[in-house]
Amino acid sequence: MSLKYESTLREPLVDGVKDYHQVTEDIISPIEGKPGKLWYVGFLISLSLLGFGAFSVFWQIYFGVGVWNLNKTIGWGWDITNFVWWVGIGHAGTLISAILLLFRQGWRTGVNRAAEAMTIFAVMCAGQFPIIHMGRVWMAFFILPYPNTRGPVWVNFNSPLLWDVFAISTYFTVSLLFWYSGLIPDFATIRDRAKTKLRKLLYGVAAFGWTGSTKHWQRHEALSLVLAGLSTPLVLSVHTIVSFDFATSVIPGWHTTIFPPYFVAGAIFSGFAMVQTLLIITRKILHLEEYITLGHMEAMNKVIVLTGSVVGCAYLTELFMAWYGANPYEFATFFKYRAAGPLGWSYWIMMTCNVITPQVFWFRKMRRNVMVTFVMSIIVNIGMWFERFVIICTSLYRDYLPSSWSYYRPSWPEVGFYMGTFGLFFTCYFLFAKYFPVIAVAEIKAILKTSGENFKEKMEVYEGESAEQFAKAVHHEHAH
Amino acid sequence: MAVKNFVVGLFDDEAVLFPAVKKVRTAGYKLHDVYTPFPVHGLDHAMGLRETSLHTAGFIYGITGTTTALTFMSWVFNVDWPLNIGGKPHFPLPAFIPITFELTVLFAAVGMVMTFCYLCQLMPGVKKHIFHPRQTDDKFVMVIELTEKSNAEEIKRFLNEAGAHDINEQRAEAGWWYGRYDKNDEDIYARPANA
Repeated sequence: MSLKYESTLREPLVDGVKDYHQVTEDIISPIEGKPGKLWYVGFLISLSLLGFGAFSVFWQIYFGVGVWNLNKTIGWGWDITNFVWWVGIGHAGTLISAILLLFRQGWRTGVNRAAEAMTIFAVMCAGQFPIIHMGRVWMAFFILPYPNTRGPVWVNFNSPLLWDVFAISTYFTVSLLFWYSGLIPDFATIRDRAKTKLRKLLYGVAAFGWTGSTKHWQRHEALSLVLAGLSTPLVLSVHTIVSFDFATSVIPGWHTTIFPPYFVAGAIFSGFAMVQTLLIITRKILHLEEYITLGHMEAMNKVIVLTGSVVGCAYLTELFMAWYGANPYEFATFFKYRAAGPLGWSYWIMMTCNVITPQVFWFRKMRRNVMVTFVMSIIVNIGMWFERFVIICTSLYRDYLPSSWSYYRPSWPEVGFYMGTFGLFFTCYFLFAKYFPVIAVAEIKAILKTSGENFKEKMEVYEGESAEQFAKAVHHEHAH
Repeated sequence: MAVKNFVVGLFDDEAVLFPAVKKVRTAGYKLHDVYTPFPVHGLDHAMGLRETSLHTAGFIYGITGTTTALTFMSWVFNVDWPLNIGGKPHFPLPAFIPITFELTVLFAAVGMVMTFCYLCQLMPGVKKHIFHPRQTDDKFVMVIELTEKSNAEEIKRFLNEAGAHDINEQRAEAGWWYGRYDKNDEDIYARPANA
């Protein structure tokens, strides 16, 4: 009789016949072996992308921000589009690790480690854009409120751009701490079974001297819970503040109160899509299908269809308000230059990818189909990239003064910079997948006896019992 | 920290471990610790450990962050350099909320993690005695400290009856020190017990 009882009606979270040792073997042994050919190919592609990105950034810093195709009318283009896109992707990791922890969703244990890693790498990529787009990057420290010899002249605490500095850096720090504190016990597991001296040394340093003492676990649990409680409002605040970058301005198309919830929903939407993309590949290559099951993918697809529909409602609300608000400029932005006009195509790509196609996930068969999920996850991220592009560029390219109307397409350093962040992201992810436990080993063990397939089978005996009998048995169990 | 003598027993199943912990406490042996590969819920209560106060520490750090942010921004805008920004007030509380919130979270999170590491004595380079290499894998390792009043053989028999296996006696530094996990740590046990 296990210590906690879970109905057999719930799908098992870990498939196959497992015990605690088998879980360790399954998740840790890929770290101890040599990576496959695919890993090297992928890693080299990522590294070369990163190199190209570094070159593009060098080019931009050397010749100035003029090498980008931005102009007086369109001051924000691919740079801020990519910034918002990457930050948004990061949000799913925190949602899985924090919000689902508070909601006691057991399935998060299979995916939280990789999702949190994705958050950290995505925020690292996002942070590049606002810094590089300043032009004179060597002045980037001016955004920090530090005592200086110019008065001191302080930063403007009223500015949403400064709020962003605080939000993104706090978000990165807290996510990193949350992720690393979860990794410590798993590093200790690798350390204690290490066969080579170097591995024992490196993972010994990384494990901080963790032993698994009950008191330490008690504190660890308390820490995780409070960090989850802190991260939950934090993740909502971060994209809210990102949306303030737009919403507090007076540009038609940006100046709307719907932005914070709409941005947060969009962020979770695109983030879950990225988690799916990464995990479908990871589970296949590392043979973790028994830990990241179809049930996990279905649960995430449910989140995708929900948030996708929330985003769809937001698009329609925006259109309605543009008409109902009786502001001719806002009406023109939405109906003449966003849904139609020279950049109208981007609006319809966004609508198709974000609102129409995710509706396939209303069908269970589709939610549990790996190929459909993989293709959809990429479509959603294309759509969400276009959403940011639409919000930024279609609001700017037709402004109040027809003589300054403009069009925008990126130059190669802008595209190269974006490609470079893909390089950074995947370089980090490949290293993570090779050297870190991609699934939280200790957390899987903690749910194994309630949600593992072979343990759930034993529960059928108790399912047949009446409630009184069961209560009696449990009482008896705890009496001695 | 001192080098002490311990009797160590391994358990395979938490359902056997819980009654064993209870028996150890009733018998009055000095339960040094139980090492588990994952957080076993209720084990801290079974061992009679008190609740952790880490939450309270987190709250205090958070409040510190809140006051730091609010006082600093108000000081900058009102005392140090009162600048007229588009005619906006010098104490715009709503505009201060985002940064105040972020600093609250930042202080609470960083402070708690540092407190956690301090309390558990965790740091890169810290080395602690591992009673059994599988205590971070799949075994629940119960460690009973030998005192002047206790008899090693008796405790071994006791653990065997309680369901433990691979019972052995170890002489170890129970605390922590700086060391390397790839280095042999024999020398530390050369010191006399309870020095």
